[in-house]
Amino acid sequence: MKAPILSTLFGKQDVAAPPDIEAATLRSDRFRLEREQDWARLEDILARIEKGRLRGISDDDVLALPTLYRTAASSLAVARETSLDAATLAYLDSLVQRAWFQVYGPREGFFAWMRRFLGGGLSRSIREIWLDSCIALFVMIAGTITGWLLVMRDQEWYYSLVPTQFADSRMPGASRETLLRTLEVEESAAGMSAFAAYLFQNNAGVSILAFALGFAFGVPTLLLLVHNMAVLGALLWLYWDAGLLWPFVAWLGVHGTTELFAILLAGAAGLHIGRKMAFPGTRGIMAAAAEAGQRGAQVMVGVVLMLVFAAILEAFPRQLAGTETRFILGSFMLVFWLVYFYAFRRDRDIAPESVRA
Amino acid sequence: MNTASASLRDAHQARRRREVVTPEGIALPFHVASRSARAGALMIDFLLLLVVSITVSIVIRNMTQGAFDAGEPENSTGAAEFLYVLGTLFWFLLWNGYFIALEMGPRGATLGKRMLGIRVASHDGGRLTAEAVLARNLLRDIELFLPLTILLLGLIFAAAGEDFGWSLWSATIWFLIFMLFPFFNRDALRAGDLIAGTWVVDAPKAKLAAALSTEGAARGGSSTVTGAEYRFSEEELAVYGEYELQTLERVLRDDRPEAMEAVHEAICRKIGWNPGAGDERAFLEAFYAQLRARLEGGMRFGKRKKDKFDASG
Repeated sequence: MKAPILSTLFGKQDVAAPPDIEAATLRSDRFRLEREQDWARLEDILARIEKGRLRGISDDDVLALPTLYRTAASSLAVARETSLDAATLAYLDSLVQRAWFQVYGPREGFFAWMRRFLGGGLSRSIREIWLDSCIALFVMIAGTITGWLLVMRDQEWYYSLVPTQFADSRMPGASRETLLRTLEVEESAAGMSAFAAYLFQNNAGVSILAFALGFAFGVPTLLLLVHNMAVLGALLWLYWDAGLLWPFVAWLGVHGTTELFAILLAGAAGLHIGRKMAFPGTRGIMAAAAEAGQRGAQVMVGVVLMLVFAAILEAFPRQLAGTETRFILGSFMLVFWLVYFYAFRRDRDIAPESVRA
Repeated sequence: MNTASASLRDAHQARRRREVVTPEGIALPFHVASRSARAGALMIDFLLLLVVSITVSIVIRNMTQGAFDAGEPENSTGAAEFLYVLGTLFWFLLWNGYFIALEMGPRGATLGKRMLGIRVASHDGGRLTAEAVLARNLLRDIELFLPLTILLLGLIFAAAGEDFGWSLWSATIWFLIFMLFPFFNRDALRAGDLIAGTWVVDAPKAKLAAALSTEGAARGGSSTVTGAEYRFSEEELAVYGEYELQTLERVLRDDRPEAMEAVHEAICRKIGWNPGAGDERAFLEAFYAQLRARLEGGMRFGKRKKDKFDASG
């Protein structure tokens, strides 16, 4: 028993006939009909932005978006006080919310973000977690020494510390020649890129774990760091015992300086979150955790990039170059990261946006 | 009538309602996404990722097999290695990048979230930054992927008759702690949301419904079917408030004859009219328009009548 006028007059949006404002008996409906075309235009622009079709939007529309948003927002404020039309109010709520997300949404694309990130954002975040980096460094050194001392006292520890994948030929009592062979230069690069891909995936997993476990006040992060470094300590002892400490360090250092640095930063980022949650300072725990988490996330993107470097270094130069080259390469990478993170500062990024423009 | 379930839904909706004040000074209502919607979205995303990654893995395996079948061994190991690298990187990028890339986009939602009409937003009402999206998704690894992997492995080992008991239990407990996390805070935050300062809210896309007062009997008060004119007196309109008005609006927009008959009868009984038959919609439209005119008139003078029990109107 629906009146026919209902479905024809406003049923379809593309019939852009001006609404019959005089026909509305209610003042609030007249208010709505007068503004409805602006709302439809805003909705249309929003739909295109949300679909990512930015090129389809004319300059006029882009310029009109903030104005249309403010119009819709003030319509909503008025409608809340004068109208009891629940459907219109719900529509305006949703429209203003969608517009708000776009007007106050992130304004930079992926590449702009990446440029800002590599050109100072990453270094700044890493400098901001210096205290946690120091703690992580201390814990890692302590873990290495622990591993060394444990295995030196009792070689049984070696088997419980070092995972079986490393303990193939590298075990206490192995001859110097056997150990030397594990450090040898490979003759061809065959199979190396697959190895690099595997290493990257594995290390990225461990780093993300170290970061994410910081959530439990940082304690599991510390344990993870200690455990990983104890393995290193045990291996160091093994090669030292066979008189091969120097070649082993060079062999490890090629990628190790990059990789261990990355793991240090991942652990520091996790610790940072844990520390900020345990001691939020004057702000609420939520605000502190969010700030620390976002800083940590930046560091983690840097960590993943470092691990890509590390995996490439580990697969190719390490297996294909001699001891001196390995050592030089490892030191060079360490210096490179230190300079990039701690000495590379750009005032441009610290200055507020208005100064930049 | 399903008014009981409707009011229950309203109560549930009201409990999830939060307000964010925009820079224009307007309090925008947000509704915290329901936990079931989020679980559903996650399952859709998960299934999608599984299907895509398994398909790609099978294709890569077949290609590797093909590389070995075709001719010289040196070339084919190189090709196989390249495919392995490709597969590993693809796997990593897909499972870590899918959520991040889609949530950084203008809609702030993965495909699953879009389907269920929810999105990620910044908890403090500010911008949703790239860093926040990264942080909330890095935590997903320990919340979900890691314990799930251990659980799956554990079940496979258990099925093979091996003892995997201890880690199976710890993985289950781990999984439960993070899965239950959203149930122990008001805004249904998961651990990743807490770290990133985000939350997941409803992103409704309401269509603008027709203006009810321009149509049918609401316009002049007379029915197009019978020509009868409905006029209600001040006392007759005074029995109902805003809650009843909105229920009536819903009935008119749904346009279901049996619901309209029931409401028509209820109103007639309340105001002491003799319920007729056959012209319910016109009656209700006229009643709606006149009740709304009365209540909105009161609003302009600062008088609001919440519902029929409210004596102030």
